[in-house]
Amino acid sequence: MYDFTYAKPANIADAVKTLAADAEAKALAGGMTFIPVLKQRLNKPSTVVDLSALGLNYIKLEGGKLIVGAMTPHGTVAASPEVKKALPALAELAGNIGDRQVRYRGTIGGSLANNDPSACYPAAVLALGATIKTNTRTIAADDYFQGMFTTALNPDEIITEVHFPLPEKAAYAKFANPASRYAMVGVFVAKFASGVRVAITGAGQNGVFRHAAFEAALSKSFTPDALNGITTPVDEMNADIHGSAPYRAHLVGVMAKRAVAAAG
Amino acid sequence: MVVDGIGASVKRKEDLRFLSGRGNYVDDMNRPGQAYGHFLRSDVPHGKLNKVDISAALKKPGVIAIYTGDDFAAVGGVPCGWQIHSKDGSPMVEPRHPVLAAGKVRHVGDPIALVVAETKQQAKDAAEAIILDIESLPAVANLTAALAPNAALVHDEAKGNICFDWHIGDKAAVEAGFAKAHKIVRLDLTNNRLVPNAMEPRAAIGDYDVSSGEYTLYTTSQNPHVIRLLMGAFVLGIPEHKLRVVAPDVGGGFGSKIFHYAEEAALTWAAAKVKRPIKWTADRTEAFITDAHGRDHISVAELALDAEGHFLALKVDTQANMGAYLSTFAPSVPTYLSATLLAGVYKTAAIYAEVKAVFTNTVPVDAYRGAGRPEATFLLERIVDVAAREMNMDRVEIRKKNFIPKDAFPYQTPIALQYDSGDYLATFDGALKAADYAGFEARRKAAAAKGKLRGIGISTYVEACGIAPSAVAGALGARAGLYEVANIRVHPTGSVTVFTGAHSHGQGHETTFAQLVSEQLGVPHDMIDIVHGDTGKVPFGMGTYGSRSLSVGGSAMVKAMDKIIDKGKKIAAHLMEADVHDIEFKDGKFSVVGTDKAKSFGEIALTAYVPHNYPIEELEPGLEETAFYDPKNFTYPGGCHICEVEIDPDTGVTQVINFTAVDDVGRVINPMIVEGQVQGGVAQGIGQALLEHAIYDESGQLLSGSMMDYTMPRADNIPNIFVGTETTLCTHNPLGSKGVGEVGAIGSPPAVINAVVDALRDYGVRHVDMPATAAKIWSLIDANQPKMAAE
Amino acid sequence: MAQISLTVNGKTVSADVESRTLLVEMLRDKLHLTGTHVGCDTSQCGACVVQVNGMSVKACTMLAVQAEGAKVLTIEGLVNEDGSLHPMQEMFREHHALQCGYCTPGMVMSAIDLVNSHPEGLTEEQIRHGLEGNLCRCTGYHNIVKAIAAAWPIMHNKVPMAAE
Repeated sequence: MYDFTYAKPANIADAVKTLAADAEAKALAGGMTFIPVLKQRLNKPSTVVDLSALGLNYIKLEGGKLIVGAMTPHGTVAASPEVKKALPALAELAGNIGDRQVRYRGTIGGSLANNDPSACYPAAVLALGATIKTNTRTIAADDYFQGMFTTALNPDEIITEVHFPLPEKAAYAKFANPASRYAMVGVFVAKFASGVRVAITGAGQNGVFRHAAFEAALSKSFTPDALNGITTPVDEMNADIHGSAPYRAHLVGVMAKRAVAAAG
Repeated sequence: MVVDGIGASVKRKEDLRFLSGRGNYVDDMNRPGQAYGHFLRSDVPHGKLNKVDISAALKKPGVIAIYTGDDFAAVGGVPCGWQIHSKDGSPMVEPRHPVLAAGKVRHVGDPIALVVAETKQQAKDAAEAIILDIESLPAVANLTAALAPNAALVHDEAKGNICFDWHIGDKAAVEAGFAKAHKIVRLDLTNNRLVPNAMEPRAAIGDYDVSSGEYTLYTTSQNPHVIRLLMGAFVLGIPEHKLRVVAPDVGGGFGSKIFHYAEEAALTWAAAKVKRPIKWTADRTEAFITDAHGRDHISVAELALDAEGHFLALKVDTQANMGAYLSTFAPSVPTYLSATLLAGVYKTAAIYAEVKAVFTNTVPVDAYRGAGRPEATFLLERIVDVAAREMNMDRVEIRKKNFIPKDAFPYQTPIALQYDSGDYLATFDGALKAADYAGFEARRKAAAAKGKLRGIGISTYVEACGIAPSAVAGALGARAGLYEVANIRVHPTGSVTVFTGAHSHGQGHETTFAQLVSEQLGVPHDMIDIVHGDTGKVPFGMGTYGSRSLSVGGSAMVKAMDKIIDKGKKIAAHLMEADVHDIEFKDGKFSVVGTDKAKSFGEIALTAYVPHNYPIEELEPGLEETAFYDPKNFTYPGGCHICEVEIDPDTGVTQVINFTAVDDVGRVINPMIVEGQVQGGVAQGIGQALLEHAIYDESGQLLSGSMMDYTMPRADNIPNIFVGTETTLCTHNPLGSKGVGEVGAIGSPPAVINAVVDALRDYGVRHVDMPATAAKIWSLIDANQPKMAAE
Repeated sequence: MAQISLTVNGKTVSADVESRTLLVEMLRDKLHLTGTHVGCDTSQCGACVVQVNGMSVKACTMLAVQAEGAKVLTIEGLVNEDGSLHPMQEMFREHHALQCGYCTPGMVMSAIDLVNSHPEGLTEEQIRHGLEGNLCRCTGYHNIVKAIAAAWPIMHNKVPMAAE
């Protein structure tokens, strides 16, 4: 790891100021991806701005929405009675990110800011049509994800909250990479009165994406069988040593059916 | 009566320190004035090393010294400990393996420079300031590429990248067998390349005492005396009395810590230059590209059978990847540790094997748990299953029909080895029963009802442990003896310190060996210490690998204790004024036969050290004996493993549901430890069969270069593992023990793959190469429409 | 260099660390608590697991400065003053759940957290799943799973610990 200056601001304004003052400053949330990246010397920040003292670790239900503070760890989301009741699919998803140790420290804000193409949270945020609240604005999920490791965030912008609309039904089905246990294919389905949204993580070449064909079919009939015969374009899939593009495309279908079945 | 001697599941002595965080691994150690070393490594698979410019790096903060290949021009190369001769009698091509790359880099990870600095981070920082001029050359990243016509050469002197082209067995007899065959079954298979991944990464501290001229190397080794020999004699030219090698607690080895590595020599050498201790600890990422890998064979096997399914002849043609340089025991693995095992448990009449060893631009490949025997067993047990299917025979019956019967021992195989003992039917029947093989079809149906493909696989095996005797090993190419050494020091009060040349890095020697001593000398466990891993303390030794510690090292202890008892009897005879032939030693007491006169072991020990009333004219004082034990033969553990899997046809994911191992490991000293050894080996075998694969891309980059991409077995990949034993004793060592360290990793992979192929029987799948990953199985399912009707 | 203060195994300690110093490096190199090990550099193996404020964390994926003011418990701190072991340590010994000992401290620390988090009980499947952050290359996990199952009732006061 290269050395850096460590800053732990006590409020959002100071954090933004520190980030804005230095183009090489980087924010540290849970650090579950960022610290390994630093260890591999793949990133050389001048200042690391620790966001843990900003008071962003909370969960609340407000105005028919589930609001999760950006620095809320996965384990907290997974164990939260509010989340389990209002949006159990999200608790389930959070409870299967990484391992127990990662879930104590990794945060929803960190996951979304990083937008790893095999992270789980982006699938939930996109499928649920959540909004991402930052220190300056709110961003719709459909506008937020802009390809792998790329988001709508400005360099000195900090995610503060994620607002989740509450669906009638939802579920997440993950096929884990056998080695890393990240999502090789993760499918989140969410049924609203207005229709069904489906988001896929892990599989696509450009990070998380919505599956229009699945959404159309499931909006007509929210059953696993509704997905029969609907394929996923192979040429948009990732391929690596763990799975070919056709395999991933196939798994997208399998996991989508499983998610629909789990959503009930 | 000894209650915690041979046969008792004594809790381990070593556990208290490990469980309380007081183990002493190399990276836990720090020497006064210690500096830190960091190796700059090639990220180019194959290249001409034009220039290494260290001038800017030398000016970086904290830098003490930087060394490159030029600095090591005058010292020896990293040696190979086993020489194979090709068919034509020529010795293997043995290119120089420089400590630091000289002229060329030959694999990703090849060390180019050693940076010594005040801190680890400073050493890393400085390494980034070294400017490399490497002209990239075409690389050969796998066996097929290396053997292609006009392939790039890893070493100019190895034409066609061939290290040796060896054979064994009676080719004419095999051809005769094929000529009269009813059926010939052919199978092409790959034994997948693995990364050992002991949980403790390698580490070393080189130290030099300016006043005495003594070097000390602290290193993560399975065999410190072998390192002293190889590094002292062949690389650095340091005589034994000026070189001490210490291997303290070592966090797993599985073979990968047998070998002498370049880092050890570089650090030891540099410590004398900078006159300070230098410590280096590998990162896991570094381990992936520097620890010797395992397996990586491609074979074509052909089995000739008569109409009744008897095995007439077996022919095997293997290509074995050596990597970029010859690691310590690499040439022995595909040859004498593998091809000689191709008889397995079967009375195949004729066998012939050819092995081409091949250089590639990859990390050196050497022994990994099982070393050659898993490759032979996988090949044999797969082709037997394929043969059964193609002969329309039952998998159980074809095996039974061909087993070497228990009354045939000692059994001379057609391929060099003579098995001393075994009862293959006993382990086979034991495993079939324990696994409820008979009830399997009901379980298959139940699984099918919930949409899963269930399969069962059987594997039988015999392996060879404790390579011996030294004279034979030498004739086969070993450049060292393969005996073991024990020194038993009885202290004046009767406590005992045992100095053993074997090394424990998870095997629990401190417990098992104490049980031996307790049993034979009648001394309680808390009066016994086992010392290993320090050439400054232990007289000599060859270390721990090839499941040899008990059968060879333990036998040396028995021999040394025999000498102790013999001497004790003489002292006792003197004290009790009896004839030495009338002295009996039992349960820790020397007594005069037929009388109630007796002296305790402690009394005799005290007399030996306080020889006031002592036969001083005939006997030296003291009670300490050393034995070198050179076995008469290998030992031959064998057994049967049965695996049951379920495949999810939608995803291709295989889950191992049940695993049963029934092994014959000879006399068992500590059943708890034996079970643990088998379970650990089986988990590695399941890992090889389903998950693990070191994959290089065409250019020579390791794609599975971290635990993010190399699939290590986790708790939820492994089932409960039933371990049973059926014992026949080794006939030629005093303990009757055969060895247990590797059986799990040898027997299990074919059991798993046989189960996978069985599960896929309706899909017309004849063979699946390892690892049978979900992606691979799904593509087989996807490509093969179910052939339900045909079955 | 920054000086940080924290509680480690019940004792207040302070250490001079760089911003880039990892918690595990501070524990091992500054405080000489070498029971916490490093087995990988990608947060996969769990050899470095310690407890921070009662939660198991990978000490290789946390900066030392992030532990300012925290309560850290390492494997060394599990041993009682009289030298007796924590029930999890005892059950690891009883069930031969360790071989080379390298993964053991992290495994024990994770296992304790797993058991503490499941007062309602733990199935074998939950134990195996709950160990996804810890790798062991020696045991095949069989005996680790047994040891954790055996520690659960002791830690939840369902049965007295068997006398040795």
